[in-house]
Amino acid sequence: MKFTLSWLKDHLETDASLDEIVEKLTMIGLEVEEVTNRADRLKPFRIAKVVDAEQHPNADRLRVLKVDAGDGELLQIVCGAPNARKGLVGVLGRPGDYVPGLDVTLSVGKIRDVESFGMMCSERELELSEEHDGIIDLPEDAPVGESYAKWMGLDDPIIEIGLTPNRPDCTGVYGIARDLAAAGLGKLKERPHNQTRGTFPCPTNVRLDFGDTPALCKAFGLRLVKGVKNGPSPKWMQDRLVAIGLRPINTLVDITNYMTFDQGRPLHVFDADKVAGDLVVRRGHAGETIEGLNGKTYTVDETMCVIADDNAVESLGGILGGEISGCTDETTNVLIESALWDENGIAATGRKLGVNTDARYRFERGVDPNYMLPGLEAATKLVVDLCGGEASQITQAGEVPDTSRIIDFPYAEVKRLSGIDAPVPEMNLVLKSLGFWITGSGDTVKVAPPSWRPDIEGKADLVEEIVRILGLDRVPSTPLPRTDTVTAQVLTPGQIRRSRARRSLASRGMNEAVTWSFISHDQAVLFGGGADALVLANPISSDMSDMRPTLLAGLLTAAQRNADRGFPDAALFEVGQVFLGDKPEDQKMVAAGVRRGSAAHEGSGRHWAGSADAVSVFDAKADAEAALAAIGAPVDKLQVYRDAPDYFHPGRSGALKLGPKNTLAVFGEVHPRTLKALDVDGPVVAFEIYLDALPQPKNKATRSKGQLQSSDLMPVRRDFAFVVNDDVDAETLLKAARGADKALVKDVTLFDVYKGKGVDGSQKSLAIDVLLQPVKKTLTEEDIDAVSKKIIASVEKATGGTLRG
Amino acid sequence: MRERVADVHFSDKTPNHSRLTPNAIIRDRTHEDRMSQLDTLKSELLAAIEGAGTEAALEEIRVSALGKKGSISEQMKTLGKMSPEGRKTMGPALNALKSDVTDAIAARKTVLEESALEARLQSETVDVTLPLRASPVETGRIHPVSQVIDELTAIFADMGFSVAEGPDIETDELNFTALNFPEGHPAREMHDTFFFNPKEDGERLLLRTHTSPVQIRTMRSQQPPTRVIIPGRTYRCDSDQTHTPMFHQVEGLVIDKGSHFGHLKWILEEFCKAFFEVDNIKMRFRPSFFPFTEPSMEVDIQCDRSGGEVKIGEGSDWLEILGCGMVHPNVIRNCGLDPDEYQGFAWGMGIDRIAMLKYGMPDLRDFFDADVRWVQHYGFRPLDLPTLFGGLSS
Repeated sequence: MKFTLSWLKDHLETDASLDEIVEKLTMIGLEVEEVTNRADRLKPFRIAKVVDAEQHPNADRLRVLKVDAGDGELLQIVCGAPNARKGLVGVLGRPGDYVPGLDVTLSVGKIRDVESFGMMCSERELELSEEHDGIIDLPEDAPVGESYAKWMGLDDPIIEIGLTPNRPDCTGVYGIARDLAAAGLGKLKERPHNQTRGTFPCPTNVRLDFGDTPALCKAFGLRLVKGVKNGPSPKWMQDRLVAIGLRPINTLVDITNYMTFDQGRPLHVFDADKVAGDLVVRRGHAGETIEGLNGKTYTVDETMCVIADDNAVESLGGILGGEISGCTDETTNVLIESALWDENGIAATGRKLGVNTDARYRFERGVDPNYMLPGLEAATKLVVDLCGGEASQITQAGEVPDTSRIIDFPYAEVKRLSGIDAPVPEMNLVLKSLGFWITGSGDTVKVAPPSWRPDIEGKADLVEEIVRILGLDRVPSTPLPRTDTVTAQVLTPGQIRRSRARRSLASRGMNEAVTWSFISHDQAVLFGGGADALVLANPISSDMSDMRPTLLAGLLTAAQRNADRGFPDAALFEVGQVFLGDKPEDQKMVAAGVRRGSAAHEGSGRHWAGSADAVSVFDAKADAEAALAAIGAPVDKLQVYRDAPDYFHPGRSGALKLGPKNTLAVFGEVHPRTLKALDVDGPVVAFEIYLDALPQPKNKATRSKGQLQSSDLMPVRRDFAFVVNDDVDAETLLKAARGADKALVKDVTLFDVYKGKGVDGSQKSLAIDVLLQPVKKTLTEEDIDAVSKKIIASVEKATGGTLRG
Repeated sequence: MRERVADVHFSDKTPNHSRLTPNAIIRDRTHEDRMSQLDTLKSELLAAIEGAGTEAALEEIRVSALGKKGSISEQMKTLGKMSPEGRKTMGPALNALKSDVTDAIAARKTVLEESALEARLQSETVDVTLPLRASPVETGRIHPVSQVIDELTAIFADMGFSVAEGPDIETDELNFTALNFPEGHPAREMHDTFFFNPKEDGERLLLRTHTSPVQIRTMRSQQPPTRVIIPGRTYRCDSDQTHTPMFHQVEGLVIDKGSHFGHLKWILEEFCKAFFEVDNIKMRFRPSFFPFTEPSMEVDIQCDRSGGEVKIGEGSDWLEILGCGMVHPNVIRNCGLDPDEYQGFAWGMGIDRIAMLKYGMPDLRDFFDADVRWVQHYGFRPLDLPTLFGGLSS
């Protein structure tokens, strides 16, 4: 919402400075976004008269002017404008002046051998409009020598406020003045109650016709003014409209725009001679079209409200008038419309057709219903004053709804919600000056909000009115007391898991990424997603259309982006949500990571102490296990399965499970087909940890760690090597060795995997180091032999292998 | 590990015997002669010990003097055949000699060990300027969004808040209606909502446009007093330098029987000081509008934009950082509570935005690009867990 300072002062009697007004506006909730003063830039430009104009000796299209700028000296100026002529009064820029529209500072120049001491400016050169057909042509009596900006009324600061949607009353300058007056910044000038007596009945009738559907128009007032003389509106009106960015059209149209911004009351004017028969306000018929005043054609439907005559749709009610019945300079009979539209209907139609107009902006927020007819009267007076003519009586369809309501208001509510302890008379004064009625006395009174405040529903709204006008700086900063109940745990177990997984992975040298929750449909399908329920109806682009079923799509493509930038060894992870369905419980938390190139745990690339190899499945496995350990998973109880999802390499991937059905994590080399589909170059390994899959730990009765069990007896180590078939998993062998004697076998470490000379081609040798820990007595050679035999038997049975001789 | 000195002894093939074994001469001499011979032997042995250049040579000397057939041992053997007088004088003299020689050997051994160690250490010298790989725990980085959420958690946990969360895919009811956004109201349109396709029953899910639906979920599921902060991902179809279709918000909610706007003001003042790590910060509360709060406010903080970058807590400019207000009675009612009994406040702000203000990232879009250069530069080390006692971001 834009207005000028002088416009505000039409309604507000005040001595306050611009700065005070701006500050106050912001502090009462009408946030000032920008203050501009066009005069500041145009200060040096003066009104000047062309005393003489001669043909340029060396150029057909140029003239040499002698210009009087009021200081007695004539300036020679070369000018190419077609309207440059003797006697013209225009705007002069002199050497040293900055011309904003050209972004040039003038200097003395020579044009085709004739010296020029400045320029006569067009409106575009001064950034006043797009007009550039000729130089500015002022009335003959414009005062030569004076500041152009000042004379033009440009020295009028333009204030732009960011209006919140609850304040339709401040879509007009008058409402803003009312707020400022209530806040003590001056006195609101009374709005004149003009009434123009109609001397004849309005010849055009109007009818609301919504059948048994909800009415999209509540009330409609109409009157004819006949015998008007239309044409350009007066300069003061044009100046204000231009200042706030509107284009003056003609007086009748300008009056409607002026009323829109002055009073927040949009109106429409029809050229009565172009309206056939009566007007009916109804729902649109499918397929009907209307050519709007903005030059665009719209197709309406039955959800939209239109105004039609016998021929066609003449207006999109409350949003946009039609071109056919619009007022032109030739209009002599004008129908003025002031109506009340359904807010939701306006909003829905505007959205559907994509039309934003000043009228829509106001009607969808809710205009003052009680001002429908006074607004029509005010507009009538302007029409008659500026264009002459004779007004008809007003014809009205529908009834202005009674929006009056009473709110029980305990004054104590102000202190309860805001902490401000304000005296009752002070609170009353605020409410009254904003137009509220107060009746009753005592602790609780009855308050009636004014018709222009549809946003006021209850006592909390009244508190807001009082608090914002009194000033939020009066709210006492009050320390929040500690609650007397035991504070709940700050983080849920799930949140703690995420945090631990995150810091554990980062401590393995990985960089945390945050990638989009949505990925392309193809990518979603690639990772088992893409269900209809998870496809956005209005994605911002096609590669962000589906809720992600995995974090890997985002991470893999991110790794490739980094490679394309010259960083091939990226180690990235993300801890975030994936979507397996559209219900809250289908949103799962996952920690996932990728390592590309040679991004090993110890570091990447070449190094004197040992260069990093290409990443392998074991890098991903190590990450997954480390993060699982960090979140409290029983890593020693996990089993490794081979059934990782099919976006992994089938022979180089695995799943870490707690029991056959509960997968905690998957890891592996990414399948070459997956990489190809994502346009990612390998080698890349990846893992996913399903943070929600880990069962919640039982609530322990004690935090005690129990007693340390340590033996004074020396442990004994023995090495064994077994030759087994290639397809035997190390896990099977280790499990067999561990289970061979649970009392004595404390730990089993696999320290060598060997293939080659001495071992059959389809076999491998696995060497283990077994730690035996006696508990009761030192082990004898016989004891050790006995347990060794058990281990060999157990392993041979489980793996089908043999002890390597 | 065993000493390697023994090996040196056995491998040393060049002992110098001749001068050190004058046994034959000493035998058959008179008592005086023998005493003077002992003096000679002593000085020879001490000189030899002093001159031993290796531990092996020293061992040779020890054996030649004190070994089974060593010169001193041989002398000892002769004591038994001596007269008691002779034994009286020769005994102590021989014992003294033995002790002196033993001590000298021990002293010399220490010297030789020291110099051998010196020599070994000298030979073991390496180039300690060789650069190492950085420790992974120092090279990994936490994303600023995660770090800032941890900072917020630390600050508000201290004030008795816990962390609540909710799903990203929400219902229209929880994202709008229950939060007092009237159907068709322009305030809804300001949210640029991402929708899913309508289901068969006409229900249309959406991506939450703010974290506020979790206010409703929290109030409906727990009895006041309530103190929660709600961080999370939020979505709006918008994209430019300061808007991305996905971003992060944090919301705070207090519901009880007496918390008013003065408490909110205090909390936000404390928060700003703690978060921006300044002793004092000027704040400006402006009335504003949000459908789910009444009264509603926006908060600006003092800043200085003069140097090209924003400095918080000084200067004369204002910077908007959050919106807040007393929870609207309709919202309290929509959660099954009586607004005349319960009251409270809520506030919300952009996590990415306050991260940018505090840490100076120029462009929001970079947050979601996973460029390792960016994460390395703006990210945080994994062990830098923000705490109030340790400093949030020191």
